[in-house]
Amino acid sequence: MIAGAVLASTLDLLALSPPGWGATLLTGLAKSVMIALGAFGLGLLIGTLGAYGKLYGGPLARDLLAIYTTIVRAVPELILILILYFAFTSSINNLLLSWGFERIQISGFAAGIVVLGVVQGAYATEVLRGAILSVPSGQIEAARAMGMPPLMLAWRVTLPQMLAAAIPGLANLWLIATKDTALLAVVGFAELTLVTRQAASTTKAFFTFFMAAGALYLIISILSTLLFARLEAWARRGQVRPGTS
Amino acid sequence: MANGNQQSPEAIRVADLHKSFGTHHVLKGVSLTAHEGDVVAIIGGSGSGKSTMLRCINFLETPSSGLISIAGEAVAMHPDGSPSDRKQLERIRQSLGMVFQSFNLWTHRTVLENLIEVPVHVMKCPRDVAIDRARKLLARVGLAEKEDAYPAFMSGGQQQRAAIARALCMEPKAMLFDEPTSALDPELVGEVLQVIKGLADEGRTMILVTHEMKFAREVASHVIYLHNGLIEEQGPPDQLFGAPQSDRLKQFLKSVA
Ligand SMILES: Nc1ncnc2c1ncn2[C@@H]1O[C@H](COP(=O)(O)OP(=O)(O)OP(=O)(O)O)[C@@H](O)[C@H]1O
Ligand SMILES: [Mg+2]
Repeated sequence: MIAGAVLASTLDLLALSPPGWGATLLTGLAKSVMIALGAFGLGLLIGTLGAYGKLYGGPLARDLLAIYTTIVRAVPELILILILYFAFTSSINNLLLSWGFERIQISGFAAGIVVLGVVQGAYATEVLRGAILSVPSGQIEAARAMGMPPLMLAWRVTLPQMLAAAIPGLANLWLIATKDTALLAVVGFAELTLVTRQAASTTKAFFTFFMAAGALYLIISILSTLLFARLEAWARRGQVRPGTS
Repeated sequence: MANGNQQSPEAIRVADLHKSFGTHHVLKGVSLTAHEGDVVAIIGGSGSGKSTMLRCINFLETPSSGLISIAGEAVAMHPDGSPSDRKQLERIRQSLGMVFQSFNLWTHRTVLENLIEVPVHVMKCPRDVAIDRARKLLARVGLAEKEDAYPAFMSGGQQQRAAIARALCMEPKAMLFDEPTSALDPELVGEVLQVIKGLADEGRTMILVTHEMKFAREVASHVIYLHNGLIEEQGPPDQLFGAPQSDRLKQFLKSVA
């Protein structure tokens, strides 16, 4: 009887249409996922450039990249987010003001992607650098010897060859990206964690809402793990699995 | 330079080639000319500079000084030896099929994909034409059944035959072999040598670095003995193997016999 009543009231709280908070939670989730996707993508871009810069760049590029990856990986992410968020928004506004424009309100969405992307980029630089180094030199030499131009070589030989080594590290980074979106709550962005807190404090049903949010993060994590496993199997096509030969 | 086909056009010319790695002077002025149809074998002890010499021909190593010319066209170089015309070098590399000791087939592509990769994507040959050519070459090296296999699942001998077919699929003017059988189990050496012999017999220009003296004597039209970065002795195989002049070569031949 009591259990049934608890279940019914829980379902009411999580219902998609108001007064249930389900739709709000799902919107928060969608925003979290979109930010994570954007940050992960930006991190990949920074990481690719960073890895090539660290491996083949001039001394200045290497030094700057070393400073970047060292600082970002040393300082707690929450602090980085606070620093980068306020530095990013205020420097853009300073720039706008100095050019004679009005201040703008930077969208939490864009700022979130940039801030988390910069953090992701530092880790991705190291993951991809290691993966590039893991490509046997003979694979690249064969392509050079046959007159393949450098960019095509990077795209058609180095990239697919390093993918298998990079995917486990990148999968980790993606999971970290989804969870780091929760840190954006501190700058007031309505992602999943913030809306969960709002729902919980409004209804006082803390347990229900935090469990629901936890379950949503878990589902994302499980789905992505499955996806990355398939991706890795595809990237490893052509490789003999250890122990099978 | 002595060789068997002086009447036919020049295919590969190396003139006064020097190469240093840092302070280590590895090649100290070597020259060779291969005319079309020549099979030049390069022999010599470990560390004598055989691979370095071969790899300088297609600029996998940057020469320190000297001249490399392919079919009469000199590879454009900066004063420090580095190539100065990337497009020209890429074109010249496509005319030189290189076969490595460790095969170096691309592991993420099937055998057929390995063969058509450069013809289709770099040389812009129509895909069906390239596939057609690739299948004929695979049949020729005895791998018709293996076109969909990934290299890692084949024996070393099969991989090396596929690698030879991959080089041939560019329709190169000449072939460069760097100890193509050294990484193979003894029972697999024969099948690869047989393919190379077939290429020599059909009159392909090739430069072959090898430790297989019997094979060099059999297929080469000209043999070069390299010692410490210099050509110590060279000549037709019967002369070089049958009546070596220098003590070093005599000793070397004794040591590998
Ligand atoms: N990339 C490199 N950096 C520095 N030294 C090198 C490099 N490549 C070759 N060497 C040196 O140059 C010398 C000649 O090497 P090379 O590989 O040409 O010899 P080789 O005649 O092919 O020997 P092997 O029969 O063992 O293959 C060796 O002393 C080697 O250590
Ligand atoms: Mg060698």
